[in-house]
Order: sequence, then C-alpha cells, then structure tokens
Amino acid sequence: MIDFGYGISPSSAINLDKFDRTRFEELAREEPDVLKCMACGSCAASCPTAGHSDMNLRKVILLLGRGREDEALRMVSHCMLCGKCLIVCPRGINTRHLIPSVTKIYQKK
Amino acid sequence: MKDRFISGYNDFVLPFVIGMSFILIYLAIGIIRVIAQLPAQDRKKFFLSLINPKLWIINLKDIICDVLLHTRIWKRKPLLGYMHSSIAFGWFMLIVLGHIETWMFVPDRLSTFYYPVFFRFFVMETDHTIGGSFFFFLMDFFLLIVLSGVFLAMFKRIRSRIFGMRRTTNNQLPDRIAMYCLWAIFPVRLLAESFTAGIAGGSFLTRPMYWLFSNFLTNTYHILPTWWAYSTLLGTFFVLLPFTRYMHIPTEAFLIVLRNAGIKVSHPRKGYSIAQIYSCSNCGMCIDACPMMGQKKNLRYATVYFNRLLRRRNWARCEESADKCLMCGKCVAVCPVGVDSCNIKRSLRGLKAAPAPADYGYFSTYSLSESATTSPSSAEPAAGQEKILYYAGCMTQLTPVISKAVGTVLDRAGVNWEFMDRDGGICCGRPLILAGRDERAREMIRSNTELIRQSGATVLLLSCPICYKVFRENYDLKGIRIVHYTEYFDELVRLGRITLRNSGEKLVYHDPCELGRGCKVYKEPRRVLGAVGELVEAEKHHDESICCGGSLGSLTLSYEDRKDITMHSLDNLLYASPERIVTACPLCLKTFSPYSPKKVSDFAEVVAQNMN
Ligand code: SF4
Ligand code: SF4
Ligand code: SF4
Ligand code: SF4
Repeated sequence: MIDFGYGISPSSAINLDKFDRTRFEELAREEPDVLKCMACGSCAASCPTAGHSDMNLRKVILLLGRGREDEALRMVSHCMLCGKCLIVCPRGINTRHLIPSVTKIYQKK
Repeated sequence: MKDRFISGYNDFVLPFVIGMSFILIYLAIGIIRVIAQLPAQDRKKFFLSLINPKLWIINLKDIICDVLLHTRIWKRKPLLGYMHSSIAFGWFMLIVLGHIETWMFVPDRLSTFYYPVFFRFFVMETDHTIGGSFFFFLMDFFLLIVLSGVFLAMFKRIRSRIFGMRRTTNNQLPDRIAMYCLWAIFPVRLLAESFTAGIAGGSFLTRPMYWLFSNFLTNTYHILPTWWAYSTLLGTFFVLLPFTRYMHIPTEAFLIVLRNAGIKVSHPRKGYSIAQIYSCSNCGMCIDACPMMGQKKNLRYATVYFNRLLRRRNWARCEESADKCLMCGKCVAVCPVGVDSCNIKRSLRGLKAAPAPADYGYFSTYSLSESATTSPSSAEPAAGQEKILYYAGCMTQLTPVISKAVGTVLDRAGVNWEFMDRDGGICCGRPLILAGRDERAREMIRSNTELIRQSGATVLLLSCPICYKVFRENYDLKGIRIVHYTEYFDELVRLGRITLRNSGEKLVYHDPCELGRGCKVYKEPRRVLGAVGELVEAEKHHDESICCGGSLGSLTLSYEDRKDITMHSLDNLLYASPERIVTACPLCLKTFSPYSPKKVSDFAEVVAQNMN
C-alpha cells in the first residue's frame, strides 16, 4: 500500500456505535437546551475557575456527546454554579440548571 | 341584669362547644408537633424566649399590631387594612367585652366558656344602669365595625380593584364554605341579639331592629332559631378552620412568638415552616407583587399557591414553583404576615437537590499577591488608616467598568486599598446558597475567609449586592467591617474625602433585590446620586422595586420569561422619564443594558464621572 503521508496523527474519529447514548438522550430530554450549544466557548472564557481547574462547559457538553462521561463528570465537580456562563451564553442556555442535571443523570451507575 | 335561666344552659350552645373544643385540641396538638419538630437548638431558643420579659413585650406589641390591627396592610392599602382590622379587632373586642360583661353581671358563669359568647341570650334586663348601657353600646358598636368589614370583604370578592389589587386568590371549596360561614356569622348574631333585645336589652343597633321586627314578626318565636343558627355557624367555622385559609387567625400569633425567638427555616415542611405556611392568610398580596406574574401562565407559581400546595404536601408542584422563583424577596416584603417563603423555597431546593459530589481542591491555588499579604495587626487602625480589601466578585468580571470606577474613586479619596480578585477569584457562595446547596457553599466561605483574614484588611468593600448579602449573613469575619460601595462612597462624600458636582442629569435609581430588600440599603445610594444629578423615583421603588429578571435565584426560568421581566422592570424605571438608569449591581447592569432605551450605568461609574 502506498503511504501518502497524510496519516500524521491517528484518527480521532468518533464511532457513535461504540458507546451507549441512552444517558445523553435522557439528558437531552430533561435539558433540551443542551442540543442548542454551538460550542462557542463563551462559557469557558468567562468561567472564574478557568486557570485553576479544568472546568470547561463547552468541553463538558462535547465530551458528553462523545460518551466520555468520566472526564465530563470530573470537570463538572469543580463548578461553583456562579452563573456567569448563563449570563454570557449567546444561545440562552440555562447552564445553572443544566450542570446539576448532568451530575444527577450521569452519576447514577 | 340577671340570669334568665337557672341552668345557664340551652342545647343550642352545643355546636359551638363542639367546634370550639375541636379547634382547641387541634391547635394544642399542632403546637406540640411544631415544637417537637424544631431542631434542638431552635427548641432551646424558643423556650428561652418564653422566659424573657423583653420578648414578651415585643411579642405582645407585634401580636396587637399584626394580628389584630393589621398595621402592615394599613401602610400599603388602607381600605384593605380597614377590612382586615375591622373584622379581626372588632371580633376580638366582642369576645373580650363579652367576658367583661359576664364578669361584671354574672361572675359565677365565667367558668362556662360558651356563656360570654351567648351573653344576651342568657340574661334579662332588670333595670337600666349606666354601666349596662355603656357595655351594650360598645357591643353594638363593635358589631357594627365587624359588619362593615364583612361587607367590604363581600365587596372585595366582586371588585378587588377597589382595594388596589389586580388579582385576588381563587378560593377552594372548604375555603369558600368557611368564608360564607364567616360572612353569615355576624349578620346572624345581629338578628339573634335584635330578637332578644326585648328581654336582654340592647343599644343603638339592636333596639331599633327589635322595634322594626316587632311590627310584623313575633320576635319571641325567632329567638331560639336564630341563636341556633349563630351557634351552628360558629361551630362549623371552627371545625372547618384547620382545612382552610382561616387557620392563619390562630397560627399567626404563634408564628410571631417563634420568629421573635430568632428561629429560622430549616426544613420546608417541618417545625417553623409549618407555622409559616399555616399563617398565610391567602390575602393574595404576593400575587400582584411577583415579577413573574406579568405572564398569565406563571400565575400558578405565586407564593400563595406555593404555600397552599405545601400544606397539602404536593411535592412535585411545590418543587416546580420553588425552582422557578427568582428569590427577589418581593412577596416576602409585601406579605402582611411576613411568610418567609424565599427561605422555605430555598430549603426545599436543598432537600430535593440530587447529591452532587464537589471537588474544590483547586481553591488552594488561589492566593493573595505578595503586596496584599501582611500579618494582621491587632491594633485598631486610626481614622482614615483602614486597610481596605475590595472584592469585586465573579459577576463584576463581566462588567469591568464597575471595578475600574471603584478603583478611580478609591484612589481619588486616597484610601489604602487592595484588589482581592483582580485576576479572578473564588465565588462568594451565594449562587450555591440560592440553589439550596449550602453544604457546597461552605467550602467557598471557608477559603475566602482564610484569604481575607490573611490580607490583614480591616474593611471588606463589596460592589456586588449578591456578595454583600452572603458576606453579611453567612461569613464569620469578626473585626472586619463589611461594607457595600454605595454605603462607603456615601461616607467618603460626607467625610469630604471626595467632592461631587451636580451635572443636573435626570437619574433614576434601581434598587437591586439583594441590596434593597436583601440588605435594607436604600438611602445611601440615593443620597449620593441626589448630589450628582436630579434623582427621580421609579413607579415602584424601595422595597417594591421590580427584579431586573437576571436573578440567579431562579433555576428554571427560561431566557424568554426573563426578558419579559426585564422589559417590565425597565418600564417601571422609565416611569418619570429619566435620562439615565443607575443601578448598583453588576447583574442588573448586565441584564438591563441590552434592552434599555436609555443609558444604564453603574453607581460607581456615575460617581467617578462626577467627582471634582
Ligand atoms: S456556573 Fe460553573 S461553569 Fe458556569 S461560569 Fe460559574 S463556575 Fe464556570
Ligand atoms: S456559551 Fe453557550 S453556546 Fe457557547 S459553548 Fe457555552 S453553552 Fe455552548
Ligand atoms: S404569602 Fe403573605 S402575601 Fe401571600 S397570600 Fe399569604 S399572607 Fe398574603
Ligand atoms: S421571591 Fe420574587 S419571584 Fe419569587 S415568588 Fe416572591 S415575588 Fe415572585
């Protein structure tokens, strides 16, 4: 096989068949807002924990969509529910309700 | 005046006696239950308060003002106040005077508790005395007062607007039956006493009625049936009492005693909260007050219905209401009973919140910069030598114009200050407390307290009212003065450390919920703003100011609903057509700015712009 040299890094493509999306669907049912996120990152940019912890709401939402739940849960545990992300979110997502719901839904094993 | 019957008894008193016994037993059990459910330290507080003579005087004063005279309603809505106090105070006087009459004329009958209530049935007039006619006059007079109140109450059901209320509570079946009983009790009493006036005597109300009736009725035939009706109505009312809004009549006095003992809400449906929700008179003043009520669909979240649902333990709907509430505190401020609904809702949130493990280990990475750390000195600082620590709070990070302006003013005044969270800091904890998660907030409180203590500051200056409230209420910072910048700037002006010029601009001041109703700061910002421009008031101001809609208190209110509230609040502020809206909260500033047709500025900004 000819190596064209394009494979510099291994594929990070996500195989949606490989993880169970039931929890994400449950989250989306309870918090339809989560589907509105456009990953703009305003929330992370305004978060007071930035620079001190790895909390990043944009990432949390992306990670959950990709089934990387443990990482997302760890991040969320740093949140102070201060609500700055709620104020800046251009999509009007009620983050202060979304974040506790994430913990509630994903925590139960 | 003497006894008409040797037995001093007639069967018609039975309904009353049964009803009265029922309610007394019910109340006794209720009180014991509430006390038993109080946390141990609160119970101790309660018992200690009972042996404190000073508190007795306060309790007595509060009970007379709030339960009998309803002074709080008078202040807001005089006609409504008259309606409530005429029924409550009039009824109370009828009971008291009935006992005095009995005690004066037939003292040995005092031991039966029905006798004073049906006094005029059991006595007959033997001679006219000044004393006797004086009491009869008083009895007729207070009956007239009560009747006027009852008449107004009937009228209120038809036209609540006359009383300055747009909406009034919708009643439920037991409430309605009890209400009709209450309406009927006093007219029936008037009839019964009038028919009896030929035997027992009467005064300016009952005697003419007696003469009137005697023209076409045989009064003696009607004596017993009307007394039966009167007794039955009273009995029915008392039996229904625990299942209706009228339970507030006996509960409110108990609530006052508990409140004055310094007890706070600790569980949404136990102990103190029971006294709170049963004290709700369903007057409905909280409906018009609530900023959410601009939209009809939110009507069901009104505090009065929340209280009602909580009484019935309808947890699901209570939770929904509790999560919606903005915690703006307006319903508490206007409530004539002072039902502390915000704290009940908050504790309900806490009770129902799913456990969420928090990891705040990273707090240890926040530290004070070198320059800010000094060992705390024990010596009292000389005047003007205080060391000020300014904590802007996370919300202010989104409105840097505030912290910049605060810095400008402080520098101009030449005070010695440090900026605690110039590069961001730990949240004050109030948002978590509002969400009912006090446990988690405790970590923030601990870390911040440590940082503040380390700094050696003598004054903690805050610009965000949300922070201000939590620092005042939940932090233990003894020895450090906690002050909001509106108060502090007012002080600087009065001490002459900054001087202001009057630009003549027409300003309106918005009372932020947490600063006004939350911390009762109203006059300082107004005094300063009055010196820099022409200060006008909004339509609703001080403790009736309307939440900006951005409150972190609500957990579920949607973006669109919030916008609705913001628009309504802006309308209210623009009432006197000011040129600029001034607020003293970063969240209000942020919430108003995008929608306001007039410029919105922060208090510090306006001060900084108008300093000489
Ligand atoms: S609520 Fe949580 S995620 Fe949002 S800004 Fe505050 S700390 Fe960050
Ligand atoms: S600010 Fe809102 S839209 Fe943007 S990434 Fe965060 S949650 Fe998503
Ligand atoms: S909560 Fe207060 S204002 Fe509202 S109905 Fe009850 S007593 Fe009236
Ligand atoms: S606190 Fe404010 S938003 Fe909540 S019910 Fe009371 S008035 Fe309405």
